[in-house]
Amino acid sequence: MLIAFKLKLAFACVAGLAGPLAVAPLLSDAGFRGGANGTEQAIVEVRAGNVAYRVAGDFTRDGKQAAAPLRQISFEKPLAIMKHQVSSSEYQACVDDGVCRALDRSVSIAADRPAVQVSWHDANTYASWLSQKTGERYRLPTDEEWAFAAGSKFADDGLPVDDDDPSKRWIARYERESGRNRDGDPRAFGSFGVNENGLADLAGNVWEWTSTCFTRHRLDDAGETISSKANCGVRVVEGQHRSYVTDFIRDARAGGCAVGVPPDNLGFRLVRESSSWISGLAKTLHIARS
Amino acid sequence: MLTRRGALLSAAAAALLLAAPATTKAADDLKLPRQKVELVAPPFVHAHEQATKQGPKIIEFTLTIEEKKVVIDEKGTTFQAMTFNGSMPGPLMVVHEGDYVEVKLVNPASNSMPHNVDFHSATGALGGAELTLVNPGEEVTLRWKATRTGTFVYHCAPGGPMIPWHVVSGMNGAVMVLPREGLTDGKGKPVKYDRAYYIGEQDMYVPRDEKGNFKSYDSPGESYNDTVEVMKKLTPTHVVFNGKVGALTGKNALTAKVGETVLLVHSQANRDSRPHLIGGHGDYVWETGKFSNAPETGLETWFIRGGSVGAATYKFLQPGIYAYVTHNLIEAVELGATAHFKVEGKWNDDLMTQVKAPSEIPPAKTN
Repeated sequence: MLIAFKLKLAFACVAGLAGPLAVAPLLSDAGFRGGANGTEQAIVEVRAGNVAYRVAGDFTRDGKQAAAPLRQISFEKPLAIMKHQVSSSEYQACVDDGVCRALDRSVSIAADRPAVQVSWHDANTYASWLSQKTGERYRLPTDEEWAFAAGSKFADDGLPVDDDDPSKRWIARYERESGRNRDGDPRAFGSFGVNENGLADLAGNVWEWTSTCFTRHRLDDAGETISSKANCGVRVVEGQHRSYVTDFIRDARAGGCAVGVPPDNLGFRLVRESSSWISGLAKTLHIARS
Repeated sequence: MLTRRGALLSAAAAALLLAAPATTKAADDLKLPRQKVELVAPPFVHAHEQATKQGPKIIEFTLTIEEKKVVIDEKGTTFQAMTFNGSMPGPLMVVHEGDYVEVKLVNPASNSMPHNVDFHSATGALGGAELTLVNPGEEVTLRWKATRTGTFVYHCAPGGPMIPWHVVSGMNGAVMVLPREGLTDGKGKPVKYDRAYYIGEQDMYVPRDEKGNFKSYDSPGESYNDTVEVMKKLTPTHVVFNGKVGALTGKNALTAKVGETVLLVHSQANRDSRPHLIGGHGDYVWETGKFSNAPETGLETWFIRGGSVGAATYKFLQPGIYAYVTHNLIEAVELGATAHFKVEGKWNDDLMTQVKAPSEIPPAKTN
């Protein structure tokens, strides 16, 4: 079950009733409707639920490589997340505002094409710009949230560890990742289908940034984490397979390891925080009026 | 386009007139057995004897020229390729010292330009280039004697500015002339291989439009002027193995098993290169590719001079994924010159082991 919120309506409500409040400055952009061309960034709401989540990062047990644990994660509140990846024209509006860094000249600017070849920093800059513009709070999803929203499109990258032969794991991973079709040209929104939660184009040829840092975990015998160390210069990206990319890389095709299979394109979609008081107010007012 | 093609054809006609006297000899005057070999596309090599007890033969090959538009990277950049037998590089031809190599060069009428072939392994007539210029719709047969052992470049060389352009457009390949008794380490010990791969490295020069995007053309002729401008700057836009970025990675990664010896034949018809097998070595390396010289042993990186072909053997000792690159790593990673080996077998802890997995640096001990 998903609900598409109409930002436009929400704004009209806020503009009419919340004007005298401290939020007035952000309403100077009352004509702004979330998208660059007057289109709205559709949000889907994923109902509270569970996900079987293969934890991201690297794992050791007793000083040896260990397999990543599979954990059940519960989301007690619904998750509001963009239906599509942020489009290149939406991103361009932030560039035109003098805030975001311009896209590479090879990226075509269109309302129905994803913004690709963006770094983790670019994605965050866009999120804060959009939050300012809208008065909502937008941010990158965590890897857990991405997995939850992606549902059946989330690829479990668990691999067994053979203590006697590390090469088996490398070869298995290489074969899995190189099995995919490598057509890297970004396509129009919807080309890669919609999942059961209403999110479009998951696990197509655009990998999506998350806010999750590359983390090394020490596990005990029961598979529980004893300690962990995060390297936040490298973030988890999600798509056809999970990958770890340095945060300032815009194009991972040439930035991967010598023998990995890198993501075709780096893009992103954002989560809208439901806890924001103003969005709560807007929703309340919206419901009250309709 | 028609005018340009007309000009190219008349240049070819003039060259053919000069070449006419030497082309009439029949091939039956040699009382030698004939063997017809079907060539295979790189990175593979046609079946061949490493050492032979048979006497010299006339080995027949056919090279059919194909001009075609291809995609050379994962961004979809297109390229007006000119090819021998449809692949970049052209196929590797393997013969033995003393054999006669008889090559039929076919230029189908569907092509737009005259072409020829210069064999670095052949003697005389600019490597055969003067005797092999064929217009679209023509074919020619050339025979040369394999008098020197080693790995050698062949390439199209149709005169003047056409030469570098045809070569960097894909018209290059390699010949391997093996000693009749097979390869040795230079001290009499045979060097044998279980598999052979042919890696053809190529520098490419794709023009960009005013916005910086790679341009696409409908025919080789239309791409010519812009391409030459890029070529003259000597800075390739792509440096690739076997015709495109990623041609030898992923599903097309080269394969081997632990304990197998692989022969790697590496050509670069135009520009220098530095092959390096990450995590492995070169056991026996004929850096200049000429088997009358003893191979170097135990190398980390070797050098391929532009316009030559090197050969190296390596016995894989450890399973895993290896990268075979040119160790100008900018060219390997950013421009495309990376191949992968997928090697299966049993891990050898004695050669390498992770004594302790990564963990936090322990706090410094006080006192």
